Amino acid sequence: MKLFIANGHLIDPAAQENTGMSVLIEDGKVSAWLRPNETQPEGCEVFDATGLLVAPGFIDLHVHLREPGQEHKETIASGCAAAVAGGWTSVCPMPNTNPVNDNAAITRYMIEQAEHAGSANVFPIGAITKSSDGAELAEMGEMKAAGAVAVSDDGRPVPNAGIMRRAMQYAKDFGLPVIDHCEDKSLSAGGVMHEGRVSLLLGLKGMPALAEDIDAVRDIILAQDTGAHVHIAHVSTKGAVEAVRRAKNEGINVTCEVTPHHFTLTDKYVEGYDTNYKMAPPLRSEEHVDAIIEGIKDGTIDAIATDHAPHHHDEKALEFDRAPMGITGLETAVGLAFNELVHKGIISLERLVEMCSANPARIFSLEGRGTLRPGSIADITVIDPELKWAYSNAESRSRSRNSPFDGWEFTGRAVATFVSGRLVFKA
Amino acid sequence: MDKPFRRRDLLGIRDLTAAEIKGILDTSENFLEVNVREIKKVPTLRGKTVINLFFENSTRTRTSFELAAKRLSADAVNISVASSSLSKGETLVDTALNLDAMNPDCIVVRHGSAGVPYQLAKVSKAAIINAGDGSNEHPTQALLDAMTIREHKKQFEGLEVAIVGDILHSRVARSNIHLLTKLGARVRVAGPGTLVPPDFIHLVGADEGRSTQLIVCEHIEEAIRGADVVMILRIQRERQDAAYFPTLREYSIHYGLTNERLDLAKKDAIVLHPGPMNRGIEIASEVADSSRSLILDQVKYGVAVRMAVLYLVTGGSASA
Repeated sequence: MKLFIANGHLIDPAAQENTGMSVLIEDGKVSAWLRPNETQPEGCEVFDATGLLVAPGFIDLHVHLREPGQEHKETIASGCAAAVAGGWTSVCPMPNTNPVNDNAAITRYMIEQAEHAGSANVFPIGAITKSSDGAELAEMGEMKAAGAVAVSDDGRPVPNAGIMRRAMQYAKDFGLPVIDHCEDKSLSAGGVMHEGRVSLLLGLKGMPALAEDIDAVRDIILAQDTGAHVHIAHVSTKGAVEAVRRAKNEGINVTCEVTPHHFTLTDKYVEGYDTNYKMAPPLRSEEHVDAIIEGIKDGTIDAIATDHAPHHHDEKALEFDRAPMGITGLETAVGLAFNELVHKGIISLERLVEMCSANPARIFSLEGRGTLRPGSIADITVIDPELKWAYSNAESRSRSRNSPFDGWEFTGRAVATFVSGRLVFKA
Repeated sequence: MDKPFRRRDLLGIRDLTAAEIKGILDTSENFLEVNVREIKKVPTLRGKTVINLFFENSTRTRTSFELAAKRLSADAVNISVASSSLSKGETLVDTALNLDAMNPDCIVVRHGSAGVPYQLAKVSKAAIINAGDGSNEHPTQALLDAMTIREHKKQFEGLEVAIVGDILHSRVARSNIHLLTKLGARVRVAGPGTLVPPDFIHLVGADEGRSTQLIVCEHIEEAIRGADVVMILRIQRERQDAAYFPTLREYSIHYGLTNERLDLAKKDAIVLHPGPMNRGIEIASEVADSSRSLILDQVKYGVAVRMAVLYLVTGGSASA
């Protein structure tokens, strides 16, 4: 079967292409690029992309799909539906399922469920330690063979530097990046928001920025020692951004991601005690957000990831300090990136695509993705950068509704998503 | 009686203007007299329903609110945490909606979590009064403290107030800092470094021109020296287990209010404590029982303040 995505503006940073170009797809792969004056091939299904951007499929390095174990919050199918509606062709679910994805059987199960759902690609992240208890290494080699693309104990950072060092040494053997949720729990324990003026004002226990800084610095030092690739998840502090910047300058194998809420919101949003503003890492103060923006601008921050964390309504309808941390994010990320980064002139469209597609593919070594070079897999995100739209929790494809962006208006969204050349979402 | 306070809820002092605070204090004065009548009851809130929803134990505050409601002729219902549906797994919002379905006029809520009154106010049709929420605010305590201070010092402008103890976790301290600085007093806070974060200096807004009215002191003596009012906070004994300070003994030696320390204050300085006291720990018995201590006055004014607040938020008639 042939598909012809016609007359779009192709942005493919990995191929250094940013021009008007049509894309021909055959059997799920990109077979050719055609210039506007070239004749359209015969026998193709045509998708008219006039006025639209055509980008390699967006890859979300950090999501929580809750299956197995918490299907009342999200299933792999509902999470993937939300993903493609947000423009993500691939998602990488964290292992904090129940049971924890710490073995090949669960990794395979997750991939099979995704294949059954038939929308986004799912590349599971395995646990670093068994049950993410921080004690014994999980079977990384087996999980890699089953399809895991990285390891992490996200949400439960490995507290023991010795275990983390061994995890890095071992993960390196299999070419698996070690993703660190940087949080020294001895400093942040009991905290429910960023520690600072607002937490003092609200009487809520704070999580100091240095809890993130210390862990980031520790794991960068361990990465330097082991030569492993450490990927810092959801970086949110000025200190962590500086640590990553310094490490990159020194040639240490470190990458990092940022979430849209951390470059959009400050801790002031917590003032109404709305639990949809409660997340880990917490929303930080303005100086940290400014540092994040600077890190996005200068390339210190490699990728945008959503940390999509669905929670059931009744869990969020609790007291602020009892409610779980996390917000949904798959359907609002691109809109927020346009509003806060592209339209404000912080980054170019090309850099946006790089952060959402080329870099994530590189970081997790996803062969054939993150580019639309002929021969690559035809995962494609089609974007209307000027489309004005409003996000509504009620219309979300996720099973959960815990987004603080309900009712927010955006300019720019993914209007069509193709996975292996198959249209899986159209706005 | 003109209404100086037209808000639906009393969630905290932080949001109030100086005029609103003065208005509540003035209204409280009017209710003081009711509490010393032979028949301590007025028909002001007849037919109104007040629910005291207490998720934390508090004999003093709950009794004070209950008496205040009853003296205004409202029907007061007490719900304690042991019988709350929250313990059965119901959400806070569901609890609020269920109570709301019974059409109370006012819900007085005390909760161990900061922000609960704000969350309830968003979903409830009833007026919400914050009777203490976690480490956030305890507005009626600050109002009764202010009433006590005003009775003895007549004005707030230029007054030096020392607040000593666990500032970090104290809702009483937060509400008092907002209130006293809004009314023109200067507040100095002191206590162990673990419980008095230097960032506290930013608690009151520079944008409101009050940034010089709050001082974080390194030593308790610095806070007390020359003070007109010394407010001692209760040490919650569980803080000791959380390693904020080593022992109660050491706390009492270094941070307890003794006669010697109180001598640093002005000769006519008054001593306040929100109670219940840990005698011999944060306050020496001889200070607590001295003529400078107004701890029982605070309790007395508490009922009047709560009558005023109930009256103002529930829209009672002007026949007090």
